[in-house]
Parts: sequence; C-alpha cells; structure tokens
Amino acid sequence: MTLLDVKGLSVDFRTANGRFRAVDRVDVSVERGDVLAIVGESGSGKSVSMLALMGLLPWTADITSEHMRFDGTDLARADARTRRRLIGRDVAMIFQEPMSSLNPCFTVGFQIREALKAHLELSRKARQARAIELLELVGLPEPERRLRAYPHQLSGGMSQRVMIAMAIACQPKLLIADEPTTALDVTIQAQILELLLDLQKETGMALVLITHDMGVVAETARRVSVQYAGQKVEEQGVHALFDEPRHPYTAALLAALPERATTRRLPSIPGVVPGQFDRPTGCLFSPRCTFADERCRRVAPDVAAASLGVARCHYPLVNGVAQKAAS
Amino acid sequence: MTGSDGGVPRDRASSAPRDGSNGAAPGGESTGGESTGGESTGDPARPLIDARGLSRRYTVSGGLFAKQATVRALEDASFTLSAGRTLAVVGESGCGKSTLARVVTMIETPSDGTLELDGHRVEAGGLLDDETRSALRASMQIVFQDPFGSLNPRQTIGRILEEPVLINRPDVSAEERGRQAREMLVQTGLRPEHYDRYPHMFSGGQRQRIAVARALMLEPRVLVLDEPVSALDLSIQSQVLNLLVELQERLGLAYLFISHDLSVVRHMADDVMVMYLGRVVESGSAEDVFAHPRHPYTEALLSATPIADPARERTRIRLVGELPSPLDPPSGCAFHPRCRKAAGTCREERPTLAPEADGRTGSMHRVACHFPVGDETGDLRRTDHADR
Repeated sequence: MTLLDVKGLSVDFRTANGRFRAVDRVDVSVERGDVLAIVGESGSGKSVSMLALMGLLPWTADITSEHMRFDGTDLARADARTRRRLIGRDVAMIFQEPMSSLNPCFTVGFQIREALKAHLELSRKARQARAIELLELVGLPEPERRLRAYPHQLSGGMSQRVMIAMAIACQPKLLIADEPTTALDVTIQAQILELLLDLQKETGMALVLITHDMGVVAETARRVSVQYAGQKVEEQGVHALFDEPRHPYTAALLAALPERATTRRLPSIPGVVPGQFDRPTGCLFSPRCTFADERCRRVAPDVAAASLGVARCHYPLVNGVAQKAAS
Repeated sequence: MTGSDGGVPRDRASSAPRDGSNGAAPGGESTGGESTGGESTGDPARPLIDARGLSRRYTVSGGLFAKQATVRALEDASFTLSAGRTLAVVGESGCGKSTLARVVTMIETPSDGTLELDGHRVEAGGLLDDETRSALRASMQIVFQDPFGSLNPRQTIGRILEEPVLINRPDVSAEERGRQAREMLVQTGLRPEHYDRYPHMFSGGQRQRIAVARALMLEPRVLVLDEPVSALDLSIQSQVLNLLVELQERLGLAYLFISHDLSVVRHMADDVMVMYLGRVVESGSAEDVFAHPRHPYTEALLSATPIADPARERTRIRLVGELPSPLDPPSGCAFHPRCRKAAGTCREERPTLAPEADGRTGSMHRVACHFPVGDETGDLRRTDHADR
C-alpha cells in the first residue's frame, strides 16, 4: 500500500480580493522509503500542499481533495483526534527557518521531550534518555549539555539539527522537509542533507523534500515532482527528469541553470509567475512558453501519459521537441 | 601613476561608448572635470580598485563585565579590479565579504592598509577633499541582496532613481533628471511608464532591476553586487544575470560580485577570491580556482555545492564542525580545526598568501596554505565544469 496517496488536492485562500487558488488539483504519492523532491519557484504551491496535509493552514484556506490517504487513513475525512494521533508522530515536518521554528523561551531539551510526551508513553527518565540519543543521532556533540541550551545559543546548522531530532523523535514514517537548507551556508547545507539522507536510509522512512534548488534535487531525490503556479506540471525519476524533461517549463528551468550554460548569456524564461489577477486561461505556462500556440492559450491541458512524465502539457517534449503532430 | 589632483573622470553620459577600458572619456558636466580623467583613458591597465593589506576591525564590548574584544572582520585583503572585469568574493556567512563591500564603497573606513580607488588614496585620516570624496562615492555604487528591503516603499520608482542625482548633482534640472531616470528604466529592461509606480507593484526580479538602475544613475565605474540574485527565483535569476552581463559589456563596468552561490560565480566571474574568517585564503582567475582549487577550504566549498546533474559521481569532502567565532579565531591557520589536512604547523603558524604562476594561463594563483591541494596527489577534479 502506498504510504501517502493524495489525489486532486486543491487549496483556495479566501482573500480580501476574492478567492485565490494556491494549489490546483495536485496528486502526490509517496511509497515507503521513497525520496520525493517537490521543486518549484515561490508561489508554486509546493509548501502549501504539504501544509494542507499537516493541517497547518489558517482558517482562510479551503482544502478540497478526493482523498488524502496516509497509511490507510484518509486525513481529509478523519476526525481531529485521529489526525492529532498521526501528525507529529507518523508524519513530521521541518521548516526553512530553524531559528524561528524553535520556541526561544524553552530549552532544546524541553522541546524535544515535549514531542515524546505527546505521542509516546515513556517515563520521564526514558524521555531524557531518548532525547540524548536523538541529539547523538543528528550529530550534535555533547548532547547532555546541548539539551539545556536555549535556541539562541545555537547556530543555524545546530538549530536545524535540533529540528530534525524533534521531527524524528517518534520515528515517523514520513518526514516532510520544507526548504531545510535554504537559510544555511553551503558546507552546512551539505552536512544537513547528508544527515537527512542517512537517517532516511537507516530508518527506512519516506522523505519529501521541498526545494527550489535543482542542485539539491539532483543530489538527494529519487523522484521529482515539478510544480508551477499551483499545478503539478511534471513528475519523473530524477535521472529521467534531468536527462529528458517533458514539460517546457522544466526544460526551460534546467536550461536557465548557470552551471548548464554554454554561453555567457543564459537562456531565460521571459515574464514572471502568474499571480492572483493575471492568471491566464488555458495552460498556466503558455504566456512564457516558447512552444505555446492558440490551443495552449485557450484550452487547459490534461496530463500526459506516465511515459511522458505525466506532463501537464498539450505538447510534451520528446528529445526537446514539442510533439505537435501527435495530437 | 597616482592621480594627485582633481575630479574623478565622469564618463559615459547616456550615449555610452561600449567598451569600458577606453570608454573613460573625461568631462562630466557638473563636478570639476578638467581633463584629469585622461589618465585612466591613457592607461586602461590601471585598476579602478587597488587594495593592499586592507583590514577592518570592530571593537565590541562583551557586556558589563566582559573585556572589550576586537572582531577582525577583514584582515589583510589585497586585490585589484579593473574596468570591465568581474571579481567574485566567495565565502560563507561571517567570512568578511560584506565588510569588504562596505569598505570598498566607502561606507566604512579601513582600519589598516591602503585602498586606492581610481588612483585616489582613501584613508581613515581623510586625505581627500570633499569634492573628490563625493565624486569617488558616486563612482562606486552598491546593489544589495534584498530588493524588498532596499527600496523605499513610499517613493515612486522615478523618485528612487532620481534621488542620487538630486543629492550628488544638485545643478541638474528636474526635467533632465526625469529624462535620465526614464532612460535608465529602459536600459535596465523596464518600461518608462514604470516611472510613477511604487515598489510593491513589482516582482522581485523587477525590483532588483530597479536597484541596479538606481546604482547606475550616477554613471559609476564600479558596481558592488552584494548577493544580487540570491533572493530571486531561478527563472528570474537568469534574467538579472543576463542584464548584469549586458550592462557590463555595454558600459565597461567593473563588478565586485559577492556571492555564496558558486555556480553563479563560476558563470559570472573573471577572478575569484575565497575568504574564510576575514582573510583571503585563495585567489586567482575563476578558471584556475574552479578547475584546480589549491586551498582545502575552497576544495570543500566546491564539493559541497550541489550540482544539478544526478549522474555525476559525488566526491564530497565533508567539513566537520562550524565556523568558529570571529571573536576568538583559531591559532595559526584559521581553517585548521575543520581541515582534513591540518598538521602541527597549521596550528602554530599562519600561512601567508603565497603567489604562484599557473602553468596554463600564466595568471597569478595565490593560496594561503601550508599544504595546498594538488601538491601531493595531483588530482584534478571536475575540470569538465570549468569552462563556460
């Protein structure tokens, strides 16, 4: 059974200027022990879809879905009690800003033990022992001393390690990491990514990594799902995606990477991601797409076959050429 | 070859000549531009920035009972930057790269060392007269990282662009200022009708264009770019990088490009300077440094940078630990606690930045290390990425 199976997830925000669709019919499926990267630019809805799953969105958000099955339980239909039991224990999440994710008023030890207290029936002593063990697991030296430290006494990298320790405290089946290294330096980023992958291998948990960095995707993920303006536009295995992107957006994004550049001038994508008021009809990428024609601007595309990376495109790319004749 | 007198050349009025090295025509309209500018025209080789042993220290009091301490934010940095070139400064947070930017743009005065900007010595004592000083300031402009924080939300774009002219060249008429601002909008890929809009109406990439436009209003010769694209999305990042390349080609600007993103640096830079805890640990042409890193820190930095190629064999050098406190830097080589090659000498003696000529290109490649990489193994990793 698939560990996480989300189908047709949409999130609408009620704003002062009307409704805004942040996530548009997104499917996510994650097997046990899988590493999925969700990649996209800001405003692509990559964080919001996962926050919806965790139930962390504010009341202004309307979440609709066919189902959001986690380990057999449909989180969209489950009562609050069931959700509370699962979330934080079997599904855990870490965030971009480790400094602001920790409560500055309590020691690190208190915050780690709190998670253990809420979800597991352990004695006080056992909780303390587990907390020490967790800090060792995430590679913090002198764990006993660190447990008594307050968040301001830790560096960014150390705070993120503490966050990871809290997240894996109850041995989750799924860990969602939302831009876990964006605020960190590259050498620290390398340490944290390595730690996450090591933990994933050791415990066999599934990992969903939300990021905007194609380099991070290439070095960590097994499968990649690309989001654009709230829609999933493509999903492929990591090698296939980098070798042969099917959606013009993915292709353009990869071409814009400085390290793939062959000339001093980078190929760039004209225009900007559509916002609330300039959402195009038809394909959302059509105003910026080099292959777009009349049909793209009028008719919203359906998803293509799995062999074409389930690309949400009328003319998925084959060998970098849009397949117009085929349709 | 030091210019002893008079105005900084104010060249490249709007009808800019396209090559910077000889585009430095004298005679700006407002500040005393007698033909002293000729000297930079005559010698395109003379660098716009010549820094020797540049240092900046801050005194911090550690609290009520703590002793005063000195943070050596920047120690002994020497480099030159000529027109049309890009020097990238690379390093992690706290390595002194932003301090360097502040010293070069004359926001901070150096505590030690000499800084020569366009032939004029800038010193703490103030050898410069006010006019030269403000002219120099105008020729060294800075673009900051965060385009959301660096533009005043209450000013229109026109007003933002005109402000530097208003302050530095009060004798330019309002009409002329407006014309210059609109022209600059076009030059930086915006539209003249954006003149009356406010910053919140623009996306991140457009705001960064506005920040670049503002920096260019005084026709500077050097742009200090402090992480100019790290707050931008990938698809927007390439647009802004292209704009910078284009402006450099057209106006012959020199860039001091500060970034932690090595793939961007590799794309943009001619020369690279790697910093660690306030000191330059390696410098050389970008090609050399990326192809044959000599300092173990540079090597680690390169190997830690994720490359968007899943098929690539990963040879990651793991750096243990974190950046030490700049208040209490390690003895000897500041990098030794994290270095995989550290030996006894490294703990005791600080290596000097030793120059060596690179065999292939003949350019200077300097490294501050007792045991530079490549001396014993001769392994040359990742050369395939070196060329652009």
